[in-house]
Amino acid sequence: MIGHRITKHPILEVPKKKKVTFKWNGKSLFGYEGEMISAALIANGIQIFGHHPKDNSPQGIFCANGQCSQCLVTAHGLPVKSCMTPLRDGMNVQSVEGLPSLPHADKPVPISTIPTKDIDVMILGGGPAGLSAAIELGKLGIKTILVDDKDRLGGKLVLQTHKFFGSIEDSYAGTRGFEIANILEEELRKLESIDIWLNSTAVGVFSDGIVGVVKENSYRLIRPRKLLVATGAREKMLSFPGNTLPGVYGAGAFQTLVNRDLVKSCERVIIVGGGNVGLISGYHAIQAGIEVAALIEALPEISGYKVHADKLIRLGVPIYTSHTILAAHGTEKVKSATIAKLDKDWKPIPGTEKSYPVDTVLIAVGLAEVNEFYLKAKEWGMDVFAAGDAQEIAEASAAMFTGKIESFKIARALGMAIGEIPAEWNEKATILKSKPGTSRDITKPYAEDGVFPVFHCYQEVPCNPCTSACPIGAIHTEDDTITGLPYQDDQKECTGCLNCVAICPGLAITLVDYRKDKEFPTVTLPYEVRREKVAEGQRVAITDKDGAILGRFMVEKIRSRKKYPGTILVQVKMEKKLAKRAAGIWYQEKQIEPSTIYEKEPLPNEAIVCRCERVNAGEIRKAIRDGIRDMNQLKALNRAGMGACGSKTCRPMIWRIFQEEGIDLGDVTDRIDRPLFVEVPIGYLAGIDGGDINA
Amino acid sequence: MRNYDVIIAGAGSIGVPTAWALGQKKLKILVVDKRPSPGQGENKHAIGGIRATHSDSAKIIVCLRSLEIFATWEEKFGDDIEWLKGGYTFPVYRQTEEKLLKSFLPMQKKYGLNIDFVSPKKIQEVVQGINPEGLIGGTFSPDDGSASPLLAINAFYRQAKKNGVEFKFKTEVTKIIQTGGAVSGVMTPVDTYSAPVVIDAAGAGSGELSRSIGCSIAVTPESHEAAITEPVQRFCSTMVVDLRPGPGSKNYYFYQNKHGQVIFCITPHPPIIGNDYRETSVFLPQVCARMARILPRLKNLRVRRVWRGLYPMTSDGYPLVGWNRDVKGLLHVAGMCGQGFMLGPGMGEVVARMVTDTCTKQDKMVIDKFSLYRDLSCVMEALK
Repeated sequence: MIGHRITKHPILEVPKKKKVTFKWNGKSLFGYEGEMISAALIANGIQIFGHHPKDNSPQGIFCANGQCSQCLVTAHGLPVKSCMTPLRDGMNVQSVEGLPSLPHADKPVPISTIPTKDIDVMILGGGPAGLSAAIELGKLGIKTILVDDKDRLGGKLVLQTHKFFGSIEDSYAGTRGFEIANILEEELRKLESIDIWLNSTAVGVFSDGIVGVVKENSYRLIRPRKLLVATGAREKMLSFPGNTLPGVYGAGAFQTLVNRDLVKSCERVIIVGGGNVGLISGYHAIQAGIEVAALIEALPEISGYKVHADKLIRLGVPIYTSHTILAAHGTEKVKSATIAKLDKDWKPIPGTEKSYPVDTVLIAVGLAEVNEFYLKAKEWGMDVFAAGDAQEIAEASAAMFTGKIESFKIARALGMAIGEIPAEWNEKATILKSKPGTSRDITKPYAEDGVFPVFHCYQEVPCNPCTSACPIGAIHTEDDTITGLPYQDDQKECTGCLNCVAICPGLAITLVDYRKDKEFPTVTLPYEVRREKVAEGQRVAITDKDGAILGRFMVEKIRSRKKYPGTILVQVKMEKKLAKRAAGIWYQEKQIEPSTIYEKEPLPNEAIVCRCERVNAGEIRKAIRDGIRDMNQLKALNRAGMGACGSKTCRPMIWRIFQEEGIDLGDVTDRIDRPLFVEVPIGYLAGIDGGDINA
Repeated sequence: MRNYDVIIAGAGSIGVPTAWALGQKKLKILVVDKRPSPGQGENKHAIGGIRATHSDSAKIIVCLRSLEIFATWEEKFGDDIEWLKGGYTFPVYRQTEEKLLKSFLPMQKKYGLNIDFVSPKKIQEVVQGINPEGLIGGTFSPDDGSASPLLAINAFYRQAKKNGVEFKFKTEVTKIIQTGGAVSGVMTPVDTYSAPVVIDAAGAGSGELSRSIGCSIAVTPESHEAAITEPVQRFCSTMVVDLRPGPGSKNYYFYQNKHGQVIFCITPHPPIIGNDYRETSVFLPQVCARMARILPRLKNLRVRRVWRGLYPMTSDGYPLVGWNRDVKGLLHVAGMCGQGFMLGPGMGEVVARMVTDTCTKQDKMVIDKFSLYRDLSCVMEALK
């Protein structure tokens, strides 16, 4: 059962799971017990999960996170989100063609009342913020329920195969995200006052201060004295023709598929968006054996960390700034995507179109807070707090801090005498949230002698594990600040231990060793992709910091550091004049050639804005031009935002169209949000445990 | 100051269809509403049911006309308002409800309502999968139906504008101006507009508006919650109304709309009085338990959204419609008791005839029944 499974991964272990059979539209397929239905389908090469009742458009995975409803299928006749429903042996799964039908399950079933449970603190979300908060509350013995809709804790940490930035002591810098999730969970499980509810989705918060939760198959009502919303972020969508074809999805969804579900969801991607999420996704793609045709960014500069961008460039992924996506093409799924260069007024320049033969377009154009619970709870006058991305979009390392800070505030609000919030927590959270600085090169000319690290780290980001990893304390950052660029202390002699090379989250440190051979020094380069490529004795293409190939060199030796698993250290011998310039190993040798013949020009108005109800940009634009300034009236007329997701995706896009139309946004009335935020079967609400067809 | 023939305070379930009806009479009309677009008060909280199945003649007359307008709208004007003729079904499990519903039949039929008390078998045909245990039968009125309040009000609005009606949104009527015992216009924070006739169609806000001229309209808002599910293939076309009381509630009702979504609502008991729009955790478990009991297959249907709206209640459950005795030119069309959407189009025409002094004999009967000056101490209307 290999198919579209990832059976080998340079960083992740591929666990053994129980094989089960299930039916897809009557055909028998294999999957793994407990994996999400969507993963099992994609592993079997199935990308189209159904067709929309309004226009018969193909539907497939989009958020892979339970936020949208694009991945709807029926399981044993009941409509479910395939990305949130575990696969069971013998499951009968079917595509949803048009509207699903309601099974004629007419046997009366016993119903029961839903009791309300009181608790001191309820935390929504078990990601970095929620986990960190729960740990602090647990240490104080505060009775807390931690609710998470996934089957494991960690939130997005689970998907992060890369090493974290920040510092070792504060935010596990140098440790990979999924490992951090394990560390935090282990710590949390020891704390008795924390009740962990997995597979539990908070679905609404009501004016009586009660939160509705679907825990496995039953509905629960919780009345917390304090509510902490640590629900993370959701991805923003982009408006372009073809934007809802199966194969266009969020970068976060992609990370879920390749890193959590271990399915090779596609063969070749193009990534739209040069923030950290897009850049990291490119890296994850290559680790998963997926080709990256290009990464594009509309701004003249990428906005993510330079080290992330550099990793991609050195692996052979072209990055095009000032570029946008014009369209994704295909009838049932993506077959190609067209990009174009933007002029200074953000208009595509005719003649610069390039079409790439890709099967997937990853959208990474930013994140939006999942803050509907927070805003509603606030509106209801509840004592509510927010941490992590639900508070402000930033790195997971910052989320761990805001989680701690908010838990402290909660404990105080509960009347615990725990003093002031440590001042350095706030400082650190602020630093970890800081945007990357401008690029500089502070490299001093080295004497070509002895052994020393070369720092290809040119941009101020909050990161300093190299300084902690050096056993002789020879590595410093400028002014000893966490955002300062690293350098080696002249007074201390490098031992060549390779710790700095192995720990650097940006893979931005190499080690040049002249001790054995002055003319042909040994260069050690960090590497985290397919091992076979760098077997000893094989020749590999080495690039400089900007991804230009310096030449092909034989791999002398492969080394690794037990303390820093995953990163292997590739040693090559190079001519003296090139050694210090060596920065990376060129992985994706064959470039994907775009076609410049761009015939069919779909209109921007064909782009879908409301995915649930299939409302396109043209329809929204027309309504605005007809004088509509009330989002509620807009919804009444064309149903934009009335679907399952409750305008989670389309709302920012509609605002943007108002803006494009030159409307003063002060004149526009925002839509009113109401519970529920996730659909819940009537049976659960009626207290029918299980609520399923056989109940 | 701008001059109009008629100013309507409120662009909701009553104000907009009334403006449409009056617009056909070639009058210069202004509609003023504090909200940003039509139907943003209680109209959008309505679930969309339209029935002439009432317990008295006046509501039957008005709603039969409403039904005609809704049912023929698309054909006449081209807008899809999601009209669905699925009828209303009141399934009966107890003698109390059987006796009550049967008592209305002669009068209902007299006024032209197509309704019968039918067998359990027929009820099971109309509401497939209904719990048969103890089912006695029920009434079925096949010509009742449903439409989208959201689309309908925007359709009335478009046609009214075509007839020259002017609308001012985000504009609150702060005061009804009167000179020498007669209305002369309305005041808003920015402007003053003059007209010899002012119609109070302020819905749940009627009480407050009337106080601006020192008269009292006995309308008390009550909160009701409603919800809508995901869409599924059609499995039921009729509105199902269960009149039995339950824990914390009186009747509840649900239907599957044109999109395939089930919309439902319950009447809380005791009533929740006030202007509270805030959704509670009580509603869903309360109504879902009852729905899953009467139609078990609903248990697998997923609820998408809930909302809360206000019923502008009068003490006897009938609207308050008529000219104010003390202030000439002030016409109240208030207190629709949660039935503004279904009464609106029919009522709008009656009001248009009142304004133009062209009332029919039937209109007079309706106006008499809904009189502002009737004895309001009577018991609550039975099918409220």
